[in-house]
Amino acid sequence: MPRTLALAAGSRRGDRVLWLVVWGVAIATVGLFSWVVGDVGLRGMSELSISFLRESPTNAGRAGGIAPILVSTGLILLVCLGAAIPIGVGSAALLAEFARTDGALGRIVRVSLDVLSGVPSIVFGLFGNVFFCVTLGLGFSILSGGLTLACMVLPLVIRATEEGFRSVPDDIRQGAAALGFSRASTFVKLLLPAALPGLGVGLALGIGRALAETAALLFTSGYVDRMPTSLSDSGRALSIHIYDLAMNVTGGEPRACATALVLVAILITANMAAASLTTRASSASGIR
Amino acid sequence: MSPSTKDALLIGLLRTCAAVAAAVVVLIVVFVARDSWPALRDIGVARFLSTGWSPTGAEPGFGIMPMLVATLVTSAAAVTLAAPVGIASAVFTHFYAPRSMAVVLRRVMELLAGIPSVVYGLWGLVVLVPILLRFAPPGQSLMAGTLVLTIMILPTVALMADVALAAVPAPTLQAAHALALPRHAIALKVAVPAARSGIATGIVLAAGRAVGETMAVLMVCGNVVKLPTSAFDPVRTLTANIALEMGYALADHRAALFVSGLCLLLMWLALASSTVLVRGNQRA
Repeated sequence: MPRTLALAAGSRRGDRVLWLVVWGVAIATVGLFSWVVGDVGLRGMSELSISFLRESPTNAGRAGGIAPILVSTGLILLVCLGAAIPIGVGSAALLAEFARTDGALGRIVRVSLDVLSGVPSIVFGLFGNVFFCVTLGLGFSILSGGLTLACMVLPLVIRATEEGFRSVPDDIRQGAAALGFSRASTFVKLLLPAALPGLGVGLALGIGRALAETAALLFTSGYVDRMPTSLSDSGRALSIHIYDLAMNVTGGEPRACATALVLVAILITANMAAASLTTRASSASGIR
Repeated sequence: MSPSTKDALLIGLLRTCAAVAAAVVVLIVVFVARDSWPALRDIGVARFLSTGWSPTGAEPGFGIMPMLVATLVTSAAAVTLAAPVGIASAVFTHFYAPRSMAVVLRRVMELLAGIPSVVYGLWGLVVLVPILLRFAPPGQSLMAGTLVLTIMILPTVALMADVALAAVPAPTLQAAHALALPRHAIALKVAVPAARSGIATGIVLAAGRAVGETMAVLMVCGNVVKLPTSAFDPVRTLTANIALEMGYALADHRAALFVSGLCLLLMWLALASSTVLVRGNQRA
């Protein structure tokens, strides 16, 4: 009896210690997030205005705005998604619908995507430089940057879209087969539309990753901060602008913070879109 | 076109997509290795492992050792700090948090994971470095890099541990409750050990992220090529070196930077294969 009592007392103390530790960690994490976002946000807030979004940068970015940089970022993103969506959806469909899970092709694709998803971004930059800029002769351009990012977001897009296909109930496939649909028309008319929420999640995640990327763009899309006139122009992304203002421009920090605020706002929007699409996707499959 | 030719066409198209996706990683290895080859052949592996880096000097030195050490030390220190904190945060969401707090913390971790590395670098540069400067000049240092990396990889550890704890079979936890084990014992002695392979995978992925991180360390580490003697010495990592010098590097110098890239790639491949081993062990 005394032994049990001692154990109970000891365990109460142990529980209290762990309670303190985990609550401390949780509060510290939320505090840290507020500190990082809040500090950068407050520093940037005073520089932010409508004209900041509509003007070109002057005096190396210390004055003026970020309009050409927003346009370049948008174009890089469009190139990235334009390449990543078709290849990503095709690969995801193959993995989920047309390849045996234990088949050789499926396994190879899965392993190579797992490896790809962790390759350091600076290595993507080196690869993009030698492959797209030099070997394919695209030079420092929005096209090179966007294609490099497409390689980078491919694993994210494929994984989420594959989930989308897998959440489509089998009744649809069996029903279509019973009605004599070919696999091709089942795929195009029934499975593809049903898997769209999954693709949406993949897109939002891919957009988030692509917008956040800096190192892979340093020597692929380049530094030029003029308004781009074509996809073969060099264009500066938001993230590169932040880096350049913070590191290479004396007195550029307030503008760097303002640009960071714009970037984080766009990212949080993408993140929330992904979250709501995920909920919608999972509740849709729950009803079935 | 008959339905069966359409089917064959579609499957062929999808196979091509998948082959392209799978080929990307092969292309990366091939092209980075190809552009490293001249340096490996002409300069030799031994000179890369020396400590003198002066690729544009009259007698060029290509020793990447100081940068390799900086990469390994900052990453190892960041993982050591982030792993216990991340696991504690996952234990919190599963065993200690009221439902609403668990949701909040999970969202915060997801948002932290989505913040660009360049923004962490900016925060480090304008907030953290000035604080460190007051205690231990010059501020931009190994320590600053480690702290920023810790914050950056924390969500990876926490979210993976969260998923791993959620996957612990309910009967295991019910049995622990039936034995009237106290809550901390259920969390630390039953749930965490049962989730160890998922937690370990998260830690390995976080290590990969730390080794490969460029912008944040580039902005806060000071970028001096020197073997650090204290935690407050400025250092330059392998990734930062590539970012700083790739813009003007020619011939052997450029090839030497590709060798650094190849090193990073090999480190990630080693980490990635260790996650396969972790998962394999669990299955056995």
